[in-house]
Amino acid sequence: MKLTLLYFASLRERLECPMERVEMTVPTENVAGIVAQLRRRGGIWDEAFAPGRAWRISVNQRMGTLDSPVAEGDEIAFFPPVTGG
Amino acid sequence: MPRARVQAEAFDAGIEIAALGEGRRDVGAVATFIGYVRDRNDGTGVSRMTLEHYPGMTERALEDICDEALGRWDLLDLRVVHRVGVLEPGDPIVLVAVSSAHRGEAFAACEFVMDYLKTQAPFWKKEETSEGSRWVDARSSDDDAAARWEAGKAP
Repeated sequence: MKLTLLYFASLRERLECPMERVEMTVPTENVAGIVAQLRRRGGIWDEAFAPGRAWRISVNQRMGTLDSPVAEGDEIAFFPPVTGG
Repeated sequence: MPRARVQAEAFDAGIEIAALGEGRRDVGAVATFIGYVRDRNDGTGVSRMTLEHYPGMTERALEDICDEALGRWDLLDLRVVHRVGVLEPGDPIVLVAVSSAHRGEAFAACEFVMDYLKTQAPFWKKEETSEGSRWVDARSSDDDAAARWEAGKAP
């Protein structure tokens, strides 16, 4: 399964990555599976997505959760809590 | 003009308000809110700010918030304009303008749109201060403000 991953704001800076296309190496049903694969990269990736850290998820430009289902070609974004207005 | 816009350039509140009344005679009230960049935040001087957004999702989120407001109140029309890029203290950041037949709906919907925008629309602020640059942390008081509008709790 191929996915587009986007990172914003402090998370983008920390990971030094605004966008990437990834191929999931294990069957993945939801966002939690993607996060698990990202954490397996180790180092900063493991730290940034550790439980308890405040970050948000969107799936195809709608707010989502770790339980949100994902499918081929989806656009998943990770970002800190929003601070507009 | 789409009713929700994200743009780098400044907006003209007068033009946005005039657009709400153009060609119609049923507007009895327009409530507006304008947010500005302040020169201080959390006790530190702010010299500049950069607003980042998620192109595509941000516009969609603002449209969704407009739809939600139109579903909750008897409104005639509304506009949301949010700026991105580099802004300085005193610069306007966001405009919400809501028209309705009577003021109650316009006031309430205007506040609702801002409360939801603060917690639902993907924007992020980075401030330049005398101590360097820092990403602004989300405030729990903004979550509390948005939660007031959940079912059965509307003020």
